Amino acid sequence: MSFFKPNFRHPESPKNTLGLTTKAYEGGVSTLCAGCGHDSISAAIMQAVWGLNIEPHRVAKMSGIGCSSKSPNYFLNKAHGFNSVHGRMPSVTTGANVANRDLLYIGVSGDGDTASIGMGQFAHVIRRNLNMTYIVENNGCYGLTKGQDSATADEGSKSKKGKVNPFESIDLVALALELGATFVARSFSGDKDQLIPLLKAAMSHKGFALIDVVSPCVTFNNHPGSTKSYDYTREHVQAGSVVDFVPMKQEITLDQIKGSTQQVALHNGDSVRLSKLSDNYDPTDRINALKVLHDHKSQDKLLTGLIYLEPESDNFHEILNLPDTPLNELTESALCPGDSALSNINAGLK
Amino acid sequence: MSPINTAPTLDKKVNDFVVKFANVNGSGSASANSMFAKAIFRMGIPVSPRNIFPSNIQGAPTWYEVRVSEQGYLGRRGGQVELMVSVNPQSMADDVNSVCPGGYFFYDNTYPLDFQLIRDDIHYIGLPLTEIVNATFDDPRRRQLFKNIIYVGSLAYLIGIEFSALESIVNDTFKAKPKLIEPNIFALQLGFDEAQKTFNQPLPLQLERRKKNDGKIMLEGNAACGLGAVYGGATVCAWYPITPSTSVAEGFEKYATKLRKDPDTGKNNFAIIQAEDELSAIGMVVGANWNGARSFTATSGPGVSLMQEFLGLAYFAEVPAVLIDVQRAGPSTGMPTRTQQSDLLISAYASHGDTKQVCLFPATPKECFELTADAFDIAERLQTPVIMLTDLDLGMNEHICDDLEWDDTRRYDRGKVLCAEDLDNIGRFGRYLDVDGDGITNRTIPGTHAEKGAFFTRGTSRDEYAVYTEKGEAYERNMERLLVKWATAPKHLPKPVLTNRSQDKKIGVIHYGTSLEATHEALDMLSADGHQVNDIRIVAFPFNDEVSAFIEEHEQVFVVEQNRDAQMKTLLVNELEIAPKSLLSILQFNGDPISADMIYRNIKEKLNASAEAISA
Repeated sequence: MSFFKPNFRHPESPKNTLGLTTKAYEGGVSTLCAGCGHDSISAAIMQAVWGLNIEPHRVAKMSGIGCSSKSPNYFLNKAHGFNSVHGRMPSVTTGANVANRDLLYIGVSGDGDTASIGMGQFAHVIRRNLNMTYIVENNGCYGLTKGQDSATADEGSKSKKGKVNPFESIDLVALALELGATFVARSFSGDKDQLIPLLKAAMSHKGFALIDVVSPCVTFNNHPGSTKSYDYTREHVQAGSVVDFVPMKQEITLDQIKGSTQQVALHNGDSVRLSKLSDNYDPTDRINALKVLHDHKSQDKLLTGLIYLEPESDNFHEILNLPDTPLNELTESALCPGDSALSNINAGLK
Repeated sequence: MSPINTAPTLDKKVNDFVVKFANVNGSGSASANSMFAKAIFRMGIPVSPRNIFPSNIQGAPTWYEVRVSEQGYLGRRGGQVELMVSVNPQSMADDVNSVCPGGYFFYDNTYPLDFQLIRDDIHYIGLPLTEIVNATFDDPRRRQLFKNIIYVGSLAYLIGIEFSALESIVNDTFKAKPKLIEPNIFALQLGFDEAQKTFNQPLPLQLERRKKNDGKIMLEGNAACGLGAVYGGATVCAWYPITPSTSVAEGFEKYATKLRKDPDTGKNNFAIIQAEDELSAIGMVVGANWNGARSFTATSGPGVSLMQEFLGLAYFAEVPAVLIDVQRAGPSTGMPTRTQQSDLLISAYASHGDTKQVCLFPATPKECFELTADAFDIAERLQTPVIMLTDLDLGMNEHICDDLEWDDTRRYDRGKVLCAEDLDNIGRFGRYLDVDGDGITNRTIPGTHAEKGAFFTRGTSRDEYAVYTEKGEAYERNMERLLVKWATAPKHLPKPVLTNRSQDKKIGVIHYGTSLEATHEALDMLSADGHQVNDIRIVAFPFNDEVSAFIEEHEQVFVVEQNRDAQMKTLLVNELEIAPKSLLSILQFNGDPISADMIYRNIKEKLNASAEAISA
């Protein structure tokens, strides 16, 4: 871990349309291990929120328990955060989100927090199409309790002590597709050029957005034989359909975009530009997305990028028929029917 | 009219008896039985109906016990009943045995009665209900439903229910389906006429119109909780189905749909979320309250067990939350459709580590309404969970109570929430910094201010400024401050209710929740025996000083509870440092609502025993 953060910033750091430099989006000093993938993801989140010109205090940072769930403390200091209980971030976020639809909800979870103890809540928050960005910092192990295998550890992957994992792994991306998630992506903490636009697109999506980010654990799962190490991931990653997030008003172009592209409009007028996996790859085709995912897995390839997107779908606010005014802003006069309504109720109970 | 006529004859009883119905569940008897009780209510006579039902959907025995009481005793009386209405052959043996000597056993005599069921000290009065419905209705479903209505009509003749009272209920019930009014009234009349023709004279158990229900309503506690949540400003209800609490969420939905839809946009100024389990339900409640919306959940014992972890988080991170626990008989799945007061300890000390939780104990539907609304103020004022402990008896039965009232000048107490302007006017914001000594610290809602007031809410230890720390002193300071807050709490909680019958303060009784009516009746019975007993009803935990004063002042103190382990006594002993022997427990835990008779007998026995001990 680091012990301090230098105060010096480049005097000509670029500003977003709010006039803020990325400094306004920073958090506390990370207490994670040096080289932890999670810190790269935190940095990407800062970049994404800054790039989307969202005021830091209009973000709610939600998490459960584990190394991943500590990380919201290390970005967006001006935003409220809620480090809740293990595996229960989705329910806390659901309550918070229903209470105030106007904030941006970034949930940060881990593979233990999501794929084991939090599996039920993960499934149900997807079913509700809650308007949030759900990031899984996936390192295939329990870091904070010293490296036990998690449910996303690949079958055959070796632990630091040399033990081979005998169990089938849970693929959160495939599961999310099955459960009807409306935005599903995978990325790698070491590929910020892909991760930042993906995060921007996820944050702009008006519904549930999952980004499963392979984020190596440098201390317990970064050795030969592990399928979640930096080396293994770099060798096996296939950056697929990603790639660029295009805000409604401002185009961002990354050098990385190559080949033919396809533009998919998001609900709010923004769009995501994709480089096609192949000529017939349609990121709005859920069944095909699952097939392509499985094909890559069978070839020991880690497919990253935007796997699936359903731009038009009712999110939980619409399903609940909620008003435009956030529920937490309704005043007493809108909430309390008063004594006169009560006398009618009394009359009906005689 | 009865096979054997040697049974004693009851003296005429006016407005003072118990009628019990034995039905098959899922047969549509509930609405007929409730019509019976409601008609008595409309005649101005105090009445208290109670469902005794199985954890089953169709085919198992279910009972409905209706007590009529001129004196206004609304608790269970206890003992055998004067009139049993038997419409269920499965339970007939037990039902015959629950009739008092000289009492009446009303049954369907389409089929002959098993001679083994015949007692020579009760009266059997039969009507061929099955035969009548088969001859009158073609549709099998109608036959079943109207069989129930027919016996209500027969009872109208036998015990003197005003026919107009029944008619008014039919009219009100089927306002939206007027086609059903005429056949229901026809069935009532048919039952009435058949009884008149067969029996020729009414029973000595008679109802006479009174004016004792003016200014009163009949309501289930759970519906009252739902309505209280609407009035208390709850916008987010997250819940998971569990008997006997399900109708709290349903009540909230019913009243919110009626009273909270935006008239212009048709949008819901409320959200109801059926969660995937109780853990998620309470998680949503914590999340919504953290974000400044009033939110609650309703559950029962098994749900409270599952919610422990979040209750600990909300206690330690100081997030308001409201939980309505409609208690049922535990442990484990226990008797899911029977009542108990056995979640006290798991609620009062919910979660691991050193925790104490605020609890409320309503005794009537009116209190369910008022305390639910109050619970949101208390939770936000104290920034902590408030657990309201009601029970199946209160929640799922209709009880007579005073008309509901709301003071329009009352304002929600949102507690110490800082707005953007407040933040501008202070120095460094300390989320867990006690600035005025009451143990309650300032809170901010996410999104309030661009630069100030944000903090990281967490279940881990932190200092006054919400900065993570593992320093023992900072942890201790925080835990000590939570105790200061705990000491502040009673100021914001409803006071106990004292009833003084005697100045010499020899005997005192402590009770809470639904033991109220039966306890007061038992104390009247003791009073008639020459024992003037004072009582105090506990309405909230942490305890008000009046509770300890009451215990100190009285020579002998009884604690009436509906659980095996004397949980309230344990709480009193633990929190008030009282010698355990100074409190004598009166406990009922068989799943039935506690009865006056049981309380009376037990106190009397103990008083006699101590009198003997003194004279010896």
